[in-house]
Amino acid sequence: MVRTRFLLSAAFAVMIAGSQAFAAQSEPQVLGGTPEQAEPAAMEKEAAPAESAAAEIPHEAAAPAAAAEHGAEAGGAASHSGGHSVIAEQSWSFDGIFGTYDRAALQRGFQVYKEVCSACHSMSRLAYRNLADLGYTEAEIKAIAADVSITDGPNDEGEMFDRPGRPSDHFRAPYVNIQAAKYANNGAFPPDLSLIAKARHGGADYIYAILTGYEEPPANRELLPGQYWNKAMNGNVLAMPAPLNAGQVAYGDGTDQSVDQYARDVAQFLTWAAEPHMEVRKRTGVKVFLFLLVFTGVLYAAKRKVWSKVH
Amino acid sequence: MGSGHRATFKNPVVNWIDERLPIFTLMQKEYGTFPTPKNFNYFWSFGGIAMTMLILMIVTGIFLAMHYTPHASMAFGSVEHIMRDVNWGWMLRYLHMNGASFFFIAVYIHIFRGMYYGSYKKPRELLWILGVIIFLLMMATAFMGYTLPWSQMGGWAATVITNLFSAIPVVGDSIVALLWGGFSVDNPTLNRFFALHYLMPFVIFAVVFIHVWALHISGSNNPLGIDVKGPQDTLPFNPYYTIKDTFGLAVFMLAYVAVTFFFPNMLSHPDHYVQYDPMVTPAHIVPEWYFLPFYAILRAITFDIGIPFTDIVFIPAKLGGVIAMFGSIALLLVLPWLDTHPVRSARFRPLYRQFLLLLVASVVVLGYVGAQLPEGIWVILGQVCTAYYFGFFLIILPILSRKEVAKPLPHSINEAVLKEQSLKAEASV
Amino acid sequence: MSTKAASHSHDTPPEGGTRRDFLYLTAGAFGAVGTGIFAWPFIDSMNPSADTLAMATTEVDLAPIEAGQAITVVWRGKPVFIRHRTAEEIASANDVDVASLRDPQPDSERVKKPEWLIMVGICTHLGCVPLGQKKTDPKGDFGGWFCPCHGSHYDSSGRIRKGPAPKNLNVPEYTFTSDTTIRIG
Repeated sequence: MVRTRFLLSAAFAVMIAGSQAFAAQSEPQVLGGTPEQAEPAAMEKEAAPAESAAAEIPHEAAAPAAAAEHGAEAGGAASHSGGHSVIAEQSWSFDGIFGTYDRAALQRGFQVYKEVCSACHSMSRLAYRNLADLGYTEAEIKAIAADVSITDGPNDEGEMFDRPGRPSDHFRAPYVNIQAAKYANNGAFPPDLSLIAKARHGGADYIYAILTGYEEPPANRELLPGQYWNKAMNGNVLAMPAPLNAGQVAYGDGTDQSVDQYARDVAQFLTWAAEPHMEVRKRTGVKVFLFLLVFTGVLYAAKRKVWSKVH
Repeated sequence: MGSGHRATFKNPVVNWIDERLPIFTLMQKEYGTFPTPKNFNYFWSFGGIAMTMLILMIVTGIFLAMHYTPHASMAFGSVEHIMRDVNWGWMLRYLHMNGASFFFIAVYIHIFRGMYYGSYKKPRELLWILGVIIFLLMMATAFMGYTLPWSQMGGWAATVITNLFSAIPVVGDSIVALLWGGFSVDNPTLNRFFALHYLMPFVIFAVVFIHVWALHISGSNNPLGIDVKGPQDTLPFNPYYTIKDTFGLAVFMLAYVAVTFFFPNMLSHPDHYVQYDPMVTPAHIVPEWYFLPFYAILRAITFDIGIPFTDIVFIPAKLGGVIAMFGSIALLLVLPWLDTHPVRSARFRPLYRQFLLLLVASVVVLGYVGAQLPEGIWVILGQVCTAYYFGFFLIILPILSRKEVAKPLPHSINEAVLKEQSLKAEASV
Repeated sequence: MSTKAASHSHDTPPEGGTRRDFLYLTAGAFGAVGTGIFAWPFIDSMNPSADTLAMATTEVDLAPIEAGQAITVVWRGKPVFIRHRTAEEIASANDVDVASLRDPQPDSERVKKPEWLIMVGICTHLGCVPLGQKKTDPKGDFGGWFCPCHGSHYDSSGRIRKGPAPKNLNVPEYTFTSDTTIRIG
């Protein structure tokens, strides 16, 4: 019996070792900031002039192949090329197995997105109907959607036409296509934010860190026009100017209207947008796990009973 | 199959069917009364666990395929559609995604079990080879599944892995174009990968069937590695191992459920949530964790192989890496002839045991190395572990086969079990 | 079944039997219940997804349709016939002995406003789309629609009059959101 228990734990030790090997592999990227965090979408710009105005690209990574080959920042070793990113872990209401989203924060975060971020960033995978998750009523959602004009068609004359949005419409994108987005932003493409919380190491912590990470560049670093210094960005240089200013978005619920609060709210909103079913997932998980745990106990008792007579 | 003794059943419907098609007799013979060594430990549960994972992968996969669109411009969106709009779609997708990892966990433990207790030795060589074939098919299936969401990670993994074939002299580039169905990884590639990803699990299932068939011809090995001498050494499979394996399965499922529902992206990568862009390679592409050791072996060959001090190169580094990677798996196929030591179980082969555990350690290190950027210490470490990997199979095993003196084997399974029980009774007194 | 037989045939110590049977039964019940619950998400995943349900209504502007004209709009992936009926068509729809019909239904039950007939354009026989929307189409023996697949004739109220179809053409749920616009669904 002792032996079998040992072997069983050994089996799981191997499993855990496997997963830890992987976790360890992703760990340094969170803290050390490998070039991986560069906006892949932004890197798309092929034109050399655009490089000077790289959107959210550390310029070490502007030549992605080179960055991959020479790997300026291997493993956890902090970069020597100046691309030190600082992403501190925050505490969130959705942390942990029982964590849930804070509806009020989600609504505020949506407000920040709508009034600030949506000028440049699309969220094409969300539909207005999804806002029901944030606690908005059907009438409110209809009003939010109707504020937006959506291009539909073709009509009977073969023409496209504009109409007020409906709940079933997806969030309207600020630009009609990637080319238009790049053209309007000095060649840098503001990435779609629908999945951004899952598409970056650190998720909400990363978003919060970027939004609150703007600083004056160090004296020895000179920035080109259209570049901004951000301590959280990998490579520290990005093309997005600090988007948030205190008091910029008027909250209706008396919440503090600081950059820090805006950043927290929008980070939570974007986390929800990337993983809208998180709450039901965790709730289901708890039920499934408990059921399985009791089942395992019954099986263990049955197994003991069956094997008790073996000589 | 039709011949032989047929059992009788109390249930008249069962009996009626069995008279015409003795499927219940077969089930009872193979899974009911099937004589099974009485001394299995929980390592022996992992075959059944792997089988369960295969079925779970097929079922979740079929339901995902009902919502997935294998088109370059729609695949990523259709996966998001599954995650957001399809009823329970997020669960099916996360079960499938993490199921692949847990399938590999189960199979790796199963393979380790086979190596530790010498299950590949006579008369189970073919059983072992069938298992290696299953492993190869799994790798191909998992790789193609990885590309289906058409993410940065998947698309570039497809590009890198298919480019391995360009290392083949003369015909390499033609083979790559054939695999792609074009001049880059694009819609034709995605379409065929989807078709094959849907097909392969059924091929795996067929090979698993033959694998189990072969197992039931030779009978199971056991932790002592000695042959069954008679009925006193065995127990009927049911209820003893049905209940024990189900319990083992349930414990395994607890871990699987915890990861799937609470940390579903733990084993994934952020670039899996960025749509594939053929113009931009992510700075750090890595395969899924279960491929990392082999990926590290691929990258360990950083040098051309030729005649030293001349410019004559027989095998350029790129081809060398590909050969090493495929060779590392091919070695498993011939393992029964590399290790010809008459004793199976590592319990009685202290030297083999140590070298084997060192191999496991080096594979774990290789897995870690595979996740790092190929530079500095990681290159050296990868090369050392790769050297050990090949050395273990090609040098250490043949030498041990001739030289290693095994500890005395117990007379029979029954005797060993009784001895262990009396020792335990003594200890408790 | 075979497993049961096998377990009984082997060792059944009389005193441990009940406790073992109880554990077996409990484990079996857990397994059965668990499998049953686990099957539900798979089945439910085949039901219409959230985006499909969100698109379940269609709005139509009736203003451009003149009397005697008909248009076909798509609603939930199905054709919906909208006919602006003429006075004669309305009269002929009402000039029928309702009791004699295969699927008895007065015209007044099938319309909200007599000049607008709105129906799902799918034959109740085996799902073909009947002809009769275009001026040049055959309209059957009763001045309505004619299904070319198996020869069902519908009248100017969309009721089955002749042929194999069992029911009248289905009237979807719709509301007039204004005098000239409707929302179907």
